[in-house]
Parts: sequence; structure tokens; C-alpha cells
Amino acid sequence: MAITDIDTYAHLTADDIEALGAELDAIRRDIEDSRGDDDARYIRRAITLHRTLAVGGRIALMFSNRKPAWLAGTALLSLAKIIENMELGHNVMHGQWDWMNDPEIHSSSWEWDTTCPSVQWKHSHNFVHHKYTNIVGMDDDVGYGILRVTRDQRWEWWNVGNPVYNLILGTFFEWGVALHHLEVEKLRSGDKTWRQAFKDLRIIGTKVGKQAAKDYLIFPALAGPNWKTTLAADATANFVRNYWTYMVIFCGHFPDGAEKFTVAEFESEDQPRWYLRQMLGSANFRAGPLMRFMSGNLSHQIEHHLFPDLPSNRYEQIGVRVRELCDKYDLPYTTGSLGGQYLQSFRTIAKLALPNALLEATSDDAPETASELRFAIREGIQTHFGIDPETGKRRGLRTALRELKDAPVRKATHRRLRPGATA
Amino acid sequence: MGLVKWSIRPAAGVGAKKPKVNILRGLLARATTPLLPDDYLHLVNPLWTAREHRGKVVGHVRETADTATVTIRTGWGFPAAYKPGQYVGIGVQMNGRWRWRSYSLTSIDSAAKKTIAITVKANPDGFLSTHLVDGVAPSTVIRLAAPRGDFHLPEPVPDKILFVTAGSGITPVIAMLRSLESHGRRPDICHIHSAPTRGDVIFLEEMETLADKMPGYDLRLQLTREMGKVAVSRLDEWVPDWRERECWACGPAALLDAMESHYEGGGLRDRLHVERFAISRTDHGGEGGTVRFAVSGKKAEIDGATTLLESGENLGITMPFGCRMGICKTCVLPLAGGYVRDLRTGEERREGERIQTCISTVSGECTLDI
Ligand code: FES
Repeated sequence: MAITDIDTYAHLTADDIEALGAELDAIRRDIEDSRGDDDARYIRRAITLHRTLAVGGRIALMFSNRKPAWLAGTALLSLAKIIENMELGHNVMHGQWDWMNDPEIHSSSWEWDTTCPSVQWKHSHNFVHHKYTNIVGMDDDVGYGILRVTRDQRWEWWNVGNPVYNLILGTFFEWGVALHHLEVEKLRSGDKTWRQAFKDLRIIGTKVGKQAAKDYLIFPALAGPNWKTTLAADATANFVRNYWTYMVIFCGHFPDGAEKFTVAEFESEDQPRWYLRQMLGSANFRAGPLMRFMSGNLSHQIEHHLFPDLPSNRYEQIGVRVRELCDKYDLPYTTGSLGGQYLQSFRTIAKLALPNALLEATSDDAPETASELRFAIREGIQTHFGIDPETGKRRGLRTALRELKDAPVRKATHRRLRPGATA
Repeated sequence: MGLVKWSIRPAAGVGAKKPKVNILRGLLARATTPLLPDDYLHLVNPLWTAREHRGKVVGHVRETADTATVTIRTGWGFPAAYKPGQYVGIGVQMNGRWRWRSYSLTSIDSAAKKTIAITVKANPDGFLSTHLVDGVAPSTVIRLAAPRGDFHLPEPVPDKILFVTAGSGITPVIAMLRSLESHGRRPDICHIHSAPTRGDVIFLEEMETLADKMPGYDLRLQLTREMGKVAVSRLDEWVPDWRERECWACGPAALLDAMESHYEGGGLRDRLHVERFAISRTDHGGEGGTVRFAVSGKKAEIDGATTLLESGENLGITMPFGCRMGICKTCVLPLAGGYVRDLRTGEERREGERIQTCISTVSGECTLDI
């Protein structure tokens, strides 16, 4: 069972958590107070860059019967679509630029170049995912209703296709995002009526129609005799964008160490604990300036989850301070290379095609999900944490996780420790 | 017909001077969706967009020590016709943020001219007005809101008019005077204008010239440094026939309040038209206050800990919301007037901004568009 008691899991006292919350609030205030011309220039330039790449790509594709033009056009268009999706669409709709009071760069008016209608996305992503991050059963992004990404999700026979669904999801990611709002899980459980679903579908249909007409009808038609190569280029650009966004998002949410939580944890949660859940639930990947930009700064998923509405160009700077806090409170800061993070995510997805009975670890102590009980079932782990009186250093979660690696599992099962828990 | 409608649809809501342009815009938008062609074009020339009104500063003339007239070339779709006395919303980006204020138009409309003018007085605690008076650089791109307001002369123009203005309250009235002059209208006008000294009188020369050449125009300057403030109670003495005149008054709140009660006392309230500039703030503390919901027509008194979202819900208004903690932006509404405070950071927001109702409370008084 995922984390039910975040204090115990984090090895922090109530006062520590309070203090950590205050420090994070201070970061928010500092950033908010220092937003200004440079930030505004950054987003305006990103917008100009996107428009230029898009126009350039479309022009090149007018000559797409020639190989180099096809390649150049497809590449430019793919880049444009990636930037539009990540750095612009995702972040603007999070309200990261609302402070500018610019009606054209505002969460309430932005519509992005993908099949998902922005109104629906703002609900399923900004609200459901960002408020209920990684709470199994509340956050639909935990597997998107089709993937099994934690042992806490009950195994069903169709989960054997997990790796295949994963591939399909990556390929048609924007379509997955568009259908996300239907909340298949809720339909299955009867929490949502088909009537509502049809209403949502109508809105999706309108948006999808416009998007598909543009890429697969209008631009090929404008290209005249080159319609076939243009069609192929448009589809390719969409696929490239799909794979890239899928990759970035999976690396931020499903590598080892991105913890899952229970509804019980959520019910007793206040703002500082909400912060803590965001920190423990997300993962970063290492990126240079270019990769950061191309990922919409979601290489800083931890910072993004802590402050979803602060400008993305500041995440790097915020990250420095968040790392300092992790050091201070001895908390893990989950990060790694893009490839490494993805392989971990994929390993989980492949593994979880199998029922729990065939898996070695329990959902209290597995790479992809754990609970506070993982410390109880190991031998020799120091149970008392806090500031070491001798060194003045804090011994907390990060230290405990390190010790966990070599500590042998205790023979007795933890079930006796917690009656009623069904792992 | 259906085809035309279909063609316009993506551009519906875009104000174009020639409606036909929106057919083209709509057709092109099928290829630029979800954007409009304007979103690409304004990168070439910032004025080439009608998605939003834009303007470019083309002139800046100082009128007095603390006032200046700013001339603005308007972009696509900005209405060519407006009435003298109306005001226009101006948005200027300062320190990354667009700040909005309204200023009276001092230019008069003419189809041939693509420029408008506003006259701004630097207000000691207003960043934007100071910036406009002191430093706005030529070629600065600004945003505009279409001219609005019902402080203007009716058609036909009344035969007898009284203008009562003070300080920068002259700005809407100078537009009326200019327009009367240019149309060759000569009603009987009595104009009382007050300012501390002659040097503070905006448009002094122009008004004096008008007084010389326009027979019915009687200008009376009240220089308060030497002559004291305009005392409304002495209106009978100054303008014995004030009851027969249609009156337009613009100036500080105290003057306007006095005018209103004077006219009310005389049972002539409908003869008086007033224009109030920046509603003066009573409370900077953010200790709650009055929230008005413009569309629902309800209002409430709340303390500084109650959010606007809660206060609306308590009144039974269907307020949009999602996370209720400031992260999803579902609850964003335009702030139609007054001030609110962000409960998370204490930052103050004002009219013309879109605010999150779930994390904001009123600071003094505010009006929401719902
Ligand atoms: S309700 Fe989510 S930001 Fe206000």
C-alpha cells in the first residue's frame, strides 16, 4: 500500500514539515517579487521562435517532393510543435504567465496546437493531476486509466498488454491526452455517466476536427502535387512531438523514487504536506539549457509540481534552492539522465504486466512505489532519526533510503505490524 | 449564407472595421488554427492584429509641468468613431506586467486620421501616469480598449451648456469643445475651470483663443491659489441661469459630490452629468471590504480572510472553481473594479486584471464580472 503517513515516511517531525513549508512559501514569494521584464522577454521570444519555426517548416514543406526540403520542413515543424506544446501550451495554461496581465498570453484564453481542448485539459491536468498528484484512485495520471504503473493498482487480465499499451500511448500521445478527460476509469466504475462522456466527446470532436483538418487536409491541399509528402511530413511531426512529450512526462512521473500516495494520506493533508507530496512524487532529469527549453522546463518536474504556476524559466534557479532544502532536511531529490529515468519507467511498466503474485517486492517496498512500512520490514535500520547530536547532521529519509539498500528484509511480514492493511 | 458564417466563425469576436475582412481572416485561420493569422502578422508589424486593439506611441507633447499629451497610432480594428468626452483604456507594459488605466480622449474622431490622443496628468502614486508623462518612448507598443463612456454631448447639442472642470478634469471637456468648434456649432457655453495657478491650466492657450473667437463661449478661470476653491453654493451668483443649462462636470471627487448634492437639492439631478476619475481608495489594508458581483447584481461585506470564491458561493452565485488552492486557474475572473489581495503573497491586484477568486480577498472594495 502506498504512503499513508507522509510524516513517518519523510522522517520529519510536524515542526520540520511546518518549517519546510515556510521555506517553500518563501521561495514562491521571492520569485513572484522578482518577476519582471526579463521574464516577459523570455516568453515573448519563445513565442516568436515558435511562430518562426512553424512558418519556416510550412514553407519548406511546400517543396516536400525534394528530400532535403522534406527533412528540413519536418524537422522545423516538429520543433515548432514541441515548443508549442511544452514551453508554451503547457506552461501558459498553468497560468505561469498570468502575472503579466497580458490577455494574449493568459491561462484563460490560450488554446494549444494539439487535439486536446484546453478547457478540458485545465481540468484534468491543472486540477485533477496537480491537486491529487500520485494519489492512487484520485489522480488519473497514475497510469491514465490504461497503464499499470504501481502495484497498488489491482492486476486485471488485460494488464498483460502493459508494454504494448505503453507503446501505443507514446505514439498517439496527444490523442491519449485528448481522451483523458473522458475519465474511462470513472466510466467503468459508474461514477460518470455516458451522457456526460458524450458531451465531452462533442467538445473533443470539434477540436480534433480543426486540428486534423489543418494537418491532414488543408496543408496537403495547399501543397498541390506534393500533397502526399506533405501529409507524411505533418503526421511525422505530430508523432515526433508525441514521443517527445510522452518521454518527458514519463521521466517526470514514473522513474523509481516517484512515490505514490493513498487517499488516507490526502485526507489529513495541509499545505506543507501537499508540498512534501509533490516533492516525493515527482522526478527530474538532467538537462542542459537546450533540453530544458525543449522539455518546457519539465526536466524540473519537482519544481514544477511544487510551483506549477511560477514561470518555467525560473525552475532552474528554484531547483538550486529546492536541492538545498533537500540537503537540509535529508530528503531525496530524484533525478538522473533522461535515458536512465526512462529505462526505470519502462522497467516498471514491463514488470507490472504481471500480477503481484509473480512479482518479488510488495507495494510497500518496491522500486516504483513504497510506503512508510518499507522501513519497518528491514533489519538494522536505525529507527530514530533527526539531528545527530555529534555531527550536527540530520539523519532522515535520504539516509534511510541509502541504508535500505543493504539492509536485509526482516523475516516476519509487516502484516502483523499493521492489522487491516491489505498489501 | 451558411458558407459566409462558416468562413467567419474562427474570427467571430474579432472587431474588424470591414466585416468582410473577417471572412478572409476566418478562412486563413483554418490553416493557422488554433491561432489567427493576426498572431503571425503582428510579429511583422505589431499593429497588424485585430484580435486585440493595439497602438503605437507616435507623439508626446508636454502641456504643463505634470501633464503631457500622448498621440497614438491605432492598429487594425480600432473604432474610428467615438464621441468627444469618452475615454479609452490604455495598457502599457512596465516591468513585465501590463498595467491598465483609462484616460479621456482629447482628440476628436475623424475617419481620415489613424491616431488618437490622450492627455495624462502625472499622479504622484500612479506608476503608469508618471511613466506616460515623463518617459514613454516613441514607438512603444501599447494595448487599447475600445472607447467607452457616456460622458459626452447628446445629439442634438443643447443650446445652453455649463461645464464645471478642475485640474485634469478638463480632458473630456476639451474634446467636447474641440468637436463643437470643428463642427461649427455655437451653443451658449459657460465654463468654470479651476486650477491652482495659470501655469497649471492644461490647454490654457487653446481655451483662451476659443473664448476670443467663439462668441457663445464664456470661460471663467478659478485660480484657487489666489481665489479659493470653486464653491458650489455660489453657483447662483456665478451662473444665475444654471438651472436652464445642461451641465457636464469632471474633477476631484469632493467637487463632484458637492455638485451632485447641489443638483439633487434643486431637483435637477438629471441635468448633471459627471465623470469620475480613478475612484479614490479608502482602504489600503486589505482588511476585507465590499465585494460586488456585477452580473448577478449581488454584494457582500467580507473580512480579509474570506476568499472571493467563498463569498460568491455564499450568495448562491455559481462561481467557477477547481482546486480551490491556487494551482488550476479554473476560478479566474476579470476584476471589473477596485482592488483585491492575493492571500498567498499579499500582492495587490487592481482593475483590468484577471484574478483567481480562490486565493484572493477584497482590499477595500471590488467588483467582479460574474
Ligand atoms: S480554483 Fe484552482 S486556482 Fe482557483
